[in-house]
Amino acid sequence: MSEALLQVEGMKKYFKIKKDQTVKSVDDISIEIKKGETFGLVGESGSGKSTLGKTIVGLQSPTAGRIIYNGVDVETLDKKSKINVNREMQIIFQDPYASLNPRMRVGDIIAEGIDAHNLAKGKARQDRIFELLDRVGLRPEHARRYPHEFSGGQRQRIGIARALAVNPKFIVADEPISALDVSIQAQVINLMEDLKKQEELTYLFIAHDLGMVKHISDRIGVMYLGKMMELANSYDLFAEPLHPYTQALLSAIPVANPKAAKRERIVLAGDPPSPVNPPSGCRFRTRCPHAMSICAEVVPAWKEVKPNHWTACHLYN
Amino acid sequence: MTNLLEVKNLEVSFKTFGGEVQAVRNVSFHVDKGEIVAIVGESGSGKSVTVQTIMGLIPTPPGKVKNGEILFQNKDLLKLSKREMQKIKGSKISMVFQDPMTSLNPTMRIGKQIEEGLIVHQKLSKTEARRRAVEMIRLVGIPNAEERYNQYPHEFSGGMRQRAMIAIALSCNPELLIADEPTTALDVTIQAQVLDLMKDLKEKTNTAIILITHDLGVVAETAERVIVMYAGMMVESGRVNELFENPRHPYTWGLMESIPDTNAAHKSRLVPIEGSPPDLFSPPKGCPFAPRCKYAMEICLSEMPPAFEIGEGHHSRCWLNDPRAPKVENEVAAGREKQ
Ligand SMILES: Nc1ncnc2c1ncn2[C@@H]1O[C@H](COP(=O)(O)OP(=O)(O)OP(=O)(O)O)[C@@H](O)[C@H]1O
Ligand SMILES: Nc1ncnc2c1ncn2[C@@H]1O[C@H](COP(=O)(O)OP(=O)(O)OP(=O)(O)O)[C@@H](O)[C@H]1O
Ligand SMILES: [Mg+2]
Ligand SMILES: [Mg+2]
Repeated sequence: MSEALLQVEGMKKYFKIKKDQTVKSVDDISIEIKKGETFGLVGESGSGKSTLGKTIVGLQSPTAGRIIYNGVDVETLDKKSKINVNREMQIIFQDPYASLNPRMRVGDIIAEGIDAHNLAKGKARQDRIFELLDRVGLRPEHARRYPHEFSGGQRQRIGIARALAVNPKFIVADEPISALDVSIQAQVINLMEDLKKQEELTYLFIAHDLGMVKHISDRIGVMYLGKMMELANSYDLFAEPLHPYTQALLSAIPVANPKAAKRERIVLAGDPPSPVNPPSGCRFRTRCPHAMSICAEVVPAWKEVKPNHWTACHLYN
Repeated sequence: MTNLLEVKNLEVSFKTFGGEVQAVRNVSFHVDKGEIVAIVGESGSGKSVTVQTIMGLIPTPPGKVKNGEILFQNKDLLKLSKREMQKIKGSKISMVFQDPMTSLNPTMRIGKQIEEGLIVHQKLSKTEARRRAVEMIRLVGIPNAEERYNQYPHEFSGGMRQRAMIAIALSCNPELLIADEPTTALDVTIQAQVLDLMKDLKEKTNTAIILITHDLGVVAETAERVIVMYAGMMVESGRVNELFENPRHPYTWGLMESIPDTNAAHKSRLVPIEGSPPDLFSPPKGCPFAPRCKYAMEICLSEMPPAFEIGEGHHSRCWLNDPRAPKVENEVAAGREKQ
């Protein structure tokens, strides 16, 4: 694949929740997303996936670190270029019910970005709305309706049309299919794949459904408690997960076949530690079946253990 | 086995600006003691409305139960007064909602929230209630129960909050637990923990469970029976083994074909069910799935199929099961043979 569209370097995003308490939601993460790729992001609930996505698209400012877009550090851009970069990066949210304003007509919802960026007016604006509706498989007359008149899958299409309206290059899809039944999930995924080809898009795709993430992603990153634990091509990650957390995660995928041989699930002991006070050394060590004494003392280095297959784990030192 | 719950010919609708939404249409099913029954189906097909009706949670207006009976231990819940219903809800039936954050009280300690029901419904003393609350926290697998008892919901992770909800729901030893997408927002390791816990409870206390989920993997690994809903109706139901092996409704086939094959080395395009569900303001006269069904026959458009009995406890509302219908190969099973 080609050059990087986006480089995230040493990103940290901390939230102060009390005078003396800070949540390290994203703690020193570096990733590179290539032009035209779909980068999947999975991991523990509360591990910082949404925070990473929101910070990348500029909805939150990072506590530390750099975001390099098309080779340029976005912090160094002048105001006008920055607005342009913000336009090129869009986000689709999980909840197709809560993320659309119930009082606005679908056409105006889709045109929100067009209006904000002054991209079109009058007839051109109207035509653009119709074109976008068509692009996501909806009909022109839908523009006049309100969100509650649509099914979950249709609402998620409206969210996608709204994101596409401003000609983005990069889309963060944060659990875009979790609330939908499996058949509508398949519709939305197919639509996203088609649009990716037609519009030359790049995706960061966040989800808990590992089967879908594997299906849509070129590479997958695995997060645990604010850290990236493993990163590989999606086929390699499933064929040979290296990090004990990834192994546990993959072993817990339920199989839709009651006759399938009982799988060997790796049950993690204990509970996820608090992100306010994460364990020393490796953050996973308190639940890791292979923990050694070094794991409590030294933060494992991020290492390319096999070609293009990275992990942070003392087992591979 | 004995019937714990029997829902008969349930019809629920909502009055809206656009007209009357027929959310649940003629739904009948039963749940035995100590049994796990899963409900799957199209988004908007009436799964949540069905269980909310059992719990007496349908806002009226706009909602209205137009017909049917909900027999719980042979008493019709629809005929009970608010007070009587309240009593049953705190002691015999409880529910876990999809989003634990909105259903827990953010300003109240977790322990106190578990105690509330015990004191009000079970008439336990404060000390007894406290002992039981700590025991429940331990039972749902949260370590340091004594300490956790004093914490607030925001100090719990997502998975722990969900388990706290389950602790509240189970503290009264219900005979029926209703769980509406309890694990959709959780990662698969925590999901597995929560499901193990529910299976465990069923084993230990013979609690019956109605589990709503989109995840067919969860159904296959957790439930004993499954109900498939489409456009407010039950289109197929049966024992899990039987239904996965021998599904007999094209909508069920469509659901099964939609999931990606995680073992595949090469990616192939997903196979969704084309089209969209019918308008519930004026659902079609015939089979609601017919407009999207590639096997639809003339009769499907004009006449509602009855629930054909396929095998013991296995029903399908599809005309293909009529002896006069042409034989159609079940592509799901055929696909599986090929692998
Ligand atoms: N605005 C905020 N203020 C305080 N804490 C926050 C804020 N946003 C996120 N957090 C915390 O940061 C951590 C990471 O949250 P995030 O939503 O990024 O997780 P996630 O990986 O997306 O989880 P999920 O899979 O459950 O969606 C959590 O502990 C969360 O409570
Ligand atoms: N308060 C209400 N007012 C009007 N219509 C409602 C109301 N509650 C539910 N409905 C409608 O009833 C139908 C069934 O909704 P329900 O929530 O039961 O679907 P579901 O099967 O649980 O879907 P999902 O999988 O998306 O949760 C939908 O068409 C919905 O719009
Ligand atoms: Mg999230
Ligand atoms: Mg629902």
